Amino acid sequence: MSVARFWRKQVQRYNLVGTHCKSCDEYFYPPRNMCPTCRRNGKIESYKFNGDGEVISFTVIRTAAVGFEHQTPYILAIVQLKEGPKLTTQISCGIDEIYLGMKVKPVFRKLGDGGEKGMIYYGTKFIAAE
Amino acid sequence: MRDVAIIGVKNTNFGEKWDVSFRDIFVEAGAGSLQDAGVAGEDIDGLYVGNMSGGQFVEQEHIGALIADYSGLAKNLNVPSTRVEAACASGGLALRQAIFGVASGYQDIVVAAGVEKMTDVSSAVASAALAAASDREWEGIMGATFPGLYAMIARLHMHKYGTTSEQMAEVAVKNHSNGFLNPISQYRRKITVEDVLSSILVADPLHILDCSPITDGASSLVLAPADIAHEYTDTPVYIKASSQASDTISLHDRKDITTLDSTVAAANRAYEMAKMKPNDIDLVEVHDCFTIAEICAIEDLGFVKKGQGGSFTQEGETSIGGKIPVNTSGGLKSCGHPVGATGIKQAVEVVHQLRGEAGKRQLDNANIGMTHNVGGSGATAVVHILARDR
Amino acid sequence: MKTGIVSYGAYIPKYRIKVEEIARVWGDDAESLSKGLKVDEKSVPDIDEDAATIAVESARSAIARCNIDPTRIGAVYTGSESHPYAVKPTSTIVAEAIGATPQLTAADFEFACKAGTAAVQACMGLAASKQIDLGLAIGSDVSQGAPGDALEYTAAAGGVSMLIGTNPDEIIANIEDTYSFTTDTPDFWRREGMPYPEHGGRFTGEPGYFKHVTGAAEGLMSKLNTTPKDYDYAVFHQPNGKFPSRVAKMLGFTTEQILPGLVVPKLGNTYSGSCLMGIAATLDQAKPGDCIFATAFGSGAGADAFSFEVTENIEKSRNKVATIEEMLQNPTYIDYSIYAKHKDKLRRA
Repeated sequence: MSVARFWRKQVQRYNLVGTHCKSCDEYFYPPRNMCPTCRRNGKIESYKFNGDGEVISFTVIRTAAVGFEHQTPYILAIVQLKEGPKLTTQISCGIDEIYLGMKVKPVFRKLGDGGEKGMIYYGTKFIAAE
Repeated sequence: MRDVAIIGVKNTNFGEKWDVSFRDIFVEAGAGSLQDAGVAGEDIDGLYVGNMSGGQFVEQEHIGALIADYSGLAKNLNVPSTRVEAACASGGLALRQAIFGVASGYQDIVVAAGVEKMTDVSSAVASAALAAASDREWEGIMGATFPGLYAMIARLHMHKYGTTSEQMAEVAVKNHSNGFLNPISQYRRKITVEDVLSSILVADPLHILDCSPITDGASSLVLAPADIAHEYTDTPVYIKASSQASDTISLHDRKDITTLDSTVAAANRAYEMAKMKPNDIDLVEVHDCFTIAEICAIEDLGFVKKGQGGSFTQEGETSIGGKIPVNTSGGLKSCGHPVGATGIKQAVEVVHQLRGEAGKRQLDNANIGMTHNVGGSGATAVVHILARDR
Repeated sequence: MKTGIVSYGAYIPKYRIKVEEIARVWGDDAESLSKGLKVDEKSVPDIDEDAATIAVESARSAIARCNIDPTRIGAVYTGSESHPYAVKPTSTIVAEAIGATPQLTAADFEFACKAGTAAVQACMGLAASKQIDLGLAIGSDVSQGAPGDALEYTAAAGGVSMLIGTNPDEIIANIEDTYSFTTDTPDFWRREGMPYPEHGGRFTGEPGYFKHVTGAAEGLMSKLNTTPKDYDYAVFHQPNGKFPSRVAKMLGFTTEQILPGLVVPKLGNTYSGSCLMGIAATLDQAKPGDCIFATAFGSGAGADAFSFEVTENIEKSRNKVATIEEMLQNPTYIDYSIYAKHKDKLRRA
């Protein structure tokens, strides 16, 4: 991903900043600027999630995506935040520790980089909330 | 709107085709379908070509023009040629665009084709190209892969409905058994449940033998107005329905990740258009990019109640001779999955079955067939219903 | 204007490797090494952790402990000898990730193991002169020890954030004074582009650590007219368990005074985080009125001494976030091969 493309949504990735539609009270993360329910009648505002969530589904990736080869095995999951939206993330825990319904909280981690010379991408992953 | 018929079909062999190029395989399929239809280049009003990622697989865009050119349809005939892209549903969507052309009366004889040459790049580059069908900014950046996304569907399907790894393996076993009988298949070998379960894990719970392969291949159909189809062939196959639906690009935004709402919507639209029900369908080619995808597909297309796709498969109801034979071609799993060609190949298989030309895998009483082509993790679904009778 | 610690936060990765596991790989005598260094195990970062992520986690913990509005922070200074970028600040990443941007100043510090306390001093100056409301000083490292080098047994990962301010209603520990002692002593270095530091072996001892720590400590006590007996606790830079114990004895501090802050046996040397981690562990159990003496050392070389007096506000900050002791509990032990992978010593081709 290019530097500008990452930087554009950096704050949203760092701090779980999404959006909220004041018209229908739905929350969005990843952020959306067009409410899928209200569409042009939606009233979108920025909203910062505290990140309390729950694992909806997960997998242990053994054959990595390009750029993630050194991380295998890694846990990919869909997490639902308590306000409702769901997101795809990595869960930082042992591959035997993850389970459906696990309560999680956010942590600040490296997501990847643009190679040895490229920039480092930081963002939010999740760990067990204990 | 005019009725539309398929008057010619052709698949190349599917597999790792080291000695032929992107344009070679396209020309083989295209020319083969014209030969089958008895159509000359001068008769063609347009080409629609499904291709997911020529840009990444062969560093070639402007696919439509390239194909018209190397098919001998550009220089003197100047035939219009359009590339259609919807990730792995590109082929199905190319067929749909071709149907629009003929049904609307804008065009008469139209070629609907699909092509993908995936082995000219490393498997890492191929995987990265395929991953572009997911949401790069919110799935890909977290390390998501397609096996990973479908593995999450599988995990929840197992949890909600009790689907087992053995049941998923049965999909692969059945499709390899069908693919064994298909001369164009990439993998013409039978496998066992044990083979699947002992193959390496790619993304838990999916093993490598739960996944469709990387494939080179091309497929082509020739379409004509139904009214003149008999001028070209004794065995036209009629388009009874063409439908398409969208869903969220990211898996995580779905209402329920175990149901592909795009498939449900496309299927409902197709049944309505054809005035048919699931039990009217004699065979279906579904998008089994992963074994769990076939289980979800037969549920979402209405052939079995939600959650029962696994046991239905295990009981043999989707095999040749079962209640609804699924993927007699071998599916994406065994026949191969040249992504842009897959949607067309599905229609070619249904045509072969309806014409009674499917050789050792021929079904008895195949009159009405369905194709189901999916893009990404379900953001696009394309469904067609084809029939022997107009 | 008196300054003080308004809040503090720490972060320690959950992974540990035992000294005996490293010794097993290199054929060293684990028992005598452990005994000599007084270190049993060290923390190891996760594969996706670096000095920036650790700095962010510690800063978020400091903000959470006292429920600080991050926009009050006027300066972010991150000290590290393992900044993820050679050029591009770690501190901007931290400032963005805690919601402190854009009205603030930020810069990265480097002074081997005392870059974090140098950052504290810089924040003290800005806060005392009313240039800023709160300053965030961080020491964070994923320190590097070359495979098989003596440093590999102790080079650990962790970070501590200190919020420095002047409001007496907020300060949990007054900084009574600070005193530094600095010379040009090349006992440890890492050249541009080199992955691992070099060091002068035993030269890091007497002319490095002991000369500078005693110089700064004695200087501060003489300036404040205090003696070791005036302090309830003492913390000295802890590259291993042996050096701080010995320097405490040299200066006249007792084992009881240094023990609460001596985290190195179960943590290793967190470099820029090392002395701050000792201070944080001490604050975790200090009572209002307690006095803490601390001296950080950085190779190259210099030492920063501090004298703290704990205020009543500390009680309000207690149990809001995990203590150092809690962070050291229930680690996940890894073997050398996984450690090598986490530390990027072993790469998938």
